Amino acid sequence: MDGIGDWALFSGRAIRGVLSRHLKGRELLHACFDIGYSSLVVVAVTGTFIGMVLAVQTYAQFHTIGLDTSIGAVIHMSVVRELGPVLAAVMLAGRIGTAMAAQLGTMRVTEQIDALACLGVDPVKYLVSPRFLACLLMIPLLTVIADLMGVLGSSVICLQVFGIEPYHYWEHSARFVKRFDLLSGLAKSVVFGGVLCLICCHRGFHSRAGAEGVGRAATEGFVLSFVAIMFLDFVLAMITTTIHDAFWPPAGARVA
Amino acid sequence: MTDPLIRLRGVSVRFGRQQVLSNVHLDVYPQETVALIGESGCGKSVTLKLIVGLLKPTDGEVLFEGRPVHRLTERELTAMRLRVGFLFQGAALFDSLTVFDNVAFGLRAEGGLGEPEVRAKVRQRLQEVGLPEGAEAKMPAELSGGMRKRVGLARAMALDPDVMLYDEPTTGLDPIMTDVINELILLTRRRTSVTSVVVTHEMRTVQKVADRVVMLYPLSRLSAGEPQVVYDGPAAGLTEAADPRVRQFVLGEARDRLTELGGVYHG
Ligand SMILES: Nc1ncnc2c1ncn2[C@@H]1O[C@H](COP(=O)(O)OP(=O)(O)OP(=O)(O)O)[C@@H](O)[C@H]1O
Ligand SMILES: [Mg+2]
Repeated sequence: MDGIGDWALFSGRAIRGVLSRHLKGRELLHACFDIGYSSLVVVAVTGTFIGMVLAVQTYAQFHTIGLDTSIGAVIHMSVVRELGPVLAAVMLAGRIGTAMAAQLGTMRVTEQIDALACLGVDPVKYLVSPRFLACLLMIPLLTVIADLMGVLGSSVICLQVFGIEPYHYWEHSARFVKRFDLLSGLAKSVVFGGVLCLICCHRGFHSRAGAEGVGRAATEGFVLSFVAIMFLDFVLAMITTTIHDAFWPPAGARVA
Repeated sequence: MTDPLIRLRGVSVRFGRQQVLSNVHLDVYPQETVALIGESGCGKSVTLKLIVGLLKPTDGEVLFEGRPVHRLTERELTAMRLRVGFLFQGAALFDSLTVFDNVAFGLRAEGGLGEPEVRAKVRQRLQEVGLPEGAEAKMPAELSGGMRKRVGLARAMALDPDVMLYDEPTTGLDPIMTDVINELILLTRRRTSVTSVVVTHEMRTVQKVADRVVMLYPLSRLSAGEPQVVYDGPAAGLTEAADPRVRQFVLGEARDRLTELGGVYHG
């Protein structure tokens, strides 16, 4: 409980750092490039495979009840709403979150964070704010990549391997997956990105001494981020369903 | 007499179950150079960090110009830290920046100086610590331990601080460079009326630069109630100190410690 309070204060400070215009454009660009460069390929590859796996798993069930052309709609919905954002976030936590925790942990252990403070610079604003903003900016991009590749991967399997008829496949999919689903997925990913960045940076800032301490900060950052992503995913799913139902009431309600 | 610039009043520090400082009093007056000595692990670095508020005392108060450090607002604390130059024991260079950018960091963060002025200032500081111009573009990882220390010193001095806190400025330097740094500490004091606290193990540095010497004793070796500051006086009096622990330390004699270390040293 104490840890969450401390984390909240830390996060508040980092967010205020984003708002106060201390941020240097160059630092931000560097952080963004770092994230894009190191995560793009893994996100694309894992996205493709997830799409392919889903296609293989779903086909058997849908084929027996003769709903082949609806597969696209179902798979694309899960990719855009759930798998894309979660996958992008988990990959970001693994590739960038752990690296940030290790970097900041090393800076803590070698007293570089203390040195920053002594030179009149707020270490949280200087070190965390640009990373935080970069994560917020880059994760929608990664999510879009994961979505695209997931859709692509599943479609290749469905259309090329299982020979499903393309026109109705895409038709169903387009009718079923709405812009709301895509946008709610992207919005969700932004929340994931921000939270995982703040968790990993916070772990780094409180790293213990030595190689072991820094290593532990990195692992803790990843594990806590992962748990937080899953928890938030659940909470946000509840919220988005409520919003969705408010604007587009379920069929049963409309009839009544 | 003027008021002390830095004052520790009944300060205790505890990390988890380990008590490091207990009820320590220390006054540092303006323009004084105080050498802080004591054996490894007795809490010298901790004392320096208390002064700039990097650590908070578990008990007691640290006053800077009469005001408790841990009750300063964020802005006041920043302003105070900008007046203090801190040389870290491990140099604490920013390892993603070049030597030049490390030394320029404080100047740039504070603002107000154009890039040519920053350049001139950094050059001058690096020259004073005996680093050639060729070192400017190097990354900290490419430097030797002694060079790193000197870059840290240049960085700490870049803002012309009113107070300098040196954590072992000459450890790891060769004898000649050690003397250069000693001279630099003296020169800085003559030139800018700076107040300094020098943590050191070098008796030559103590003799050369210190107006006053304070010796801390490790808490674990004291019985309850004994003061932790075992010497506070001029450097000249160290070898004739009444306290045998002080004489033993400055003369560097192991004596009874050998028996403590077990049978290794006695057949
Ligand atoms: N951040 C910290 N967390 C836990 N313990 C600490 C911390 N900093 C210092 N200590 C402990 O406090 C004690 C004093 O440390 P300090 O660094 O002040 O020693 P020192 O007098 O500077 O020694 P040396 O001459 O070897 O540098 C040590 O036993 C150390 O283990
Ligand atoms: Mg020390």
